Amino acid sequence: MAVRIAVAASDRPFQGPVSRDSGSEGTEWLAGESPAVAVTRLNLTNYRNIRHLRLETEAKVVVLSGPNGAGKTNVLEALSFLSPGRGLRRARLADVPRRGGTGVWAVAARVRYPRGVIEIGTGVAPDQRVGERRLVRIDGQVARGTAALGRALTVNWLTPPMDRLFIDGPSPRRRFLDRLVYGFDVDHAARVSAYDRALRERSRLLRDGRSDAAWLGALEETMAACGIAVAAARRETICRLRSGMKAGVSPFPAATVAADGDVERWLDVMPAIDAEGRFRAALEAARDCDARSGGAAVGPHRTDLAVCHAGKDMPAEDCSTGEQKALLVSIVLADARLQEARLGRAPLLLFDEIVAHLDATRREALFELLIDRPAQTWITGTDRSLFDRLGSAARRFGVDDGRISASPE
Amino acid sequence: MRDGHIERLIQLLARLPGLGPRSARRAALHLVKRRDTLLEPLARALNAVADAVRPCSTCGNLDAVDPCGVCVDGRRDPSRICVVEEVADLWALERAGVFRGRYQVLGGTLSALDGIGPEDLNIASLIARARKPEVREIILALNATVDGQTTTHYIHDCLAACDVDVSQLAHGVPVGGELDYLDDGTIGAALKSRRRM
Repeated sequence: MAVRIAVAASDRPFQGPVSRDSGSEGTEWLAGESPAVAVTRLNLTNYRNIRHLRLETEAKVVVLSGPNGAGKTNVLEALSFLSPGRGLRRARLADVPRRGGTGVWAVAARVRYPRGVIEIGTGVAPDQRVGERRLVRIDGQVARGTAALGRALTVNWLTPPMDRLFIDGPSPRRRFLDRLVYGFDVDHAARVSAYDRALRERSRLLRDGRSDAAWLGALEETMAACGIAVAAARRETICRLRSGMKAGVSPFPAATVAADGDVERWLDVMPAIDAEGRFRAALEAARDCDARSGGAAVGPHRTDLAVCHAGKDMPAEDCSTGEQKALLVSIVLADARLQEARLGRAPLLLFDEIVAHLDATRREALFELLIDRPAQTWITGTDRSLFDRLGSAARRFGVDDGRISASPE
Repeated sequence: MRDGHIERLIQLLARLPGLGPRSARRAALHLVKRRDTLLEPLARALNAVADAVRPCSTCGNLDAVDPCGVCVDGRRDPSRICVVEEVADLWALERAGVFRGRYQVLGGTLSALDGIGPEDLNIASLIARARKPEVREIILALNATVDGQTTTHYIHDCLAACDVDVSQLAHGVPVGGELDYLDDGTIGAALKSRRRM
């Protein structure tokens, strides 16, 4: 029977000792055993190319296979909406509903997690105004914002566009780092958006040539307070990751990670309160320059995530495509283990086309690691046979033209 | 097909905060069905408010007289002015019954993105009031939101030249609150504004 948790309990961050209904550290997870964190039922309505989908599963690994454009990634994206934010495609809400429909869409999931079972619903309701945020309901109660989602479940993902994470510009890397922070600190998202808003306001004032020193000063005060908090949370995550990745898990290489930015460097050498003062002074000094160039020359919005292949002492961007992917897998799995060890709950993982670029050894090692995880993983691929080695731990579904069917075992 | 008058009423109701098209339809029907007990009294009340209520030219509060009841109340302490974002915040403070000074309603917060600058808020009149010799303290009681705090910093800066004490409401542990349930930001703010016992 589903254990319904009270709303008060779902609003509470999971810190401190957590009593767990099933599973504990050191538990041997056998193939086919139910994971402690899982989406056991998923309903999608008018979601992209899917008119209606319903699936139920208790499996450790859920495999979605089918041709290109069938809707596999759409299912993963729907699952990513069970966490705060814009999902794994960073979609605009208007792009999510099925074409030709009414604009209404919904994702409903029954989620098992270490403290019980919750029902999560999210989407756009019929009488919602254009431009409003998506609704979130937890156990039938409307939640105040998407942040409430992060208190029950964390979700992380790897997608094909992220294969270029180490090669492209810094902003996707910064978002990737921030997602690792959210897992431990649900309020991080609110601080990042408060910082971004103050930054945009300051840029607008500078662009409009309003040299109202008091107004600019007030915005810089806000930027300094929020910005230092953002940088400190990222630093903490990096420190945790470093300690959790010392060894790496063969054949996935250990990565050395660092947050590369001025503000982080200040935090290395001075107390946060002094770093705040320094950041504020730097912003004030850069007003003329920022007015010409737009944005701000200094701040955590410019921080980059620097990743190195520890064994080879080589920057990730210089590694081969396959090694870059292996490094990403390594980081995501290390973060998942840390969440499990520190918070008593592991994240749901969504791996889109994960086996591309991985050799057979790494592919099989990955499958074993996923089977050992205490939480569910959803993976997609065009070729079903690539996942044969998952054996009975996986439940396989075929996806074709927005329809899903259980594949014969 | 609905009557044009009712349609107009529904459209107007739907523009109220917290009401969507569906709840506006329900409200409109509810009103029409209760003509004597609700619709007509409401219409009279709306008319009366539209005729009489104006913002106070001193503090920005809403009242049927100008200056408002709070500003002319001789029992109130003229040396302290509490600055709030909206009239609703003034009402909240009055409900609590803990403040016996006067108010200044800003009418919003600074927002460059929404095009709301200092000249759109009652800030110039606040500074003029702060310069009066009888005023000793300005209490900034803006919301603990990003925009509220930015505006607080701004006003604090503007008041630097005036000979008044400027204070701000404490941020931190709510009365009856448990530390275990608070977010990191609130705990941090509470620790920052701790006081000697």
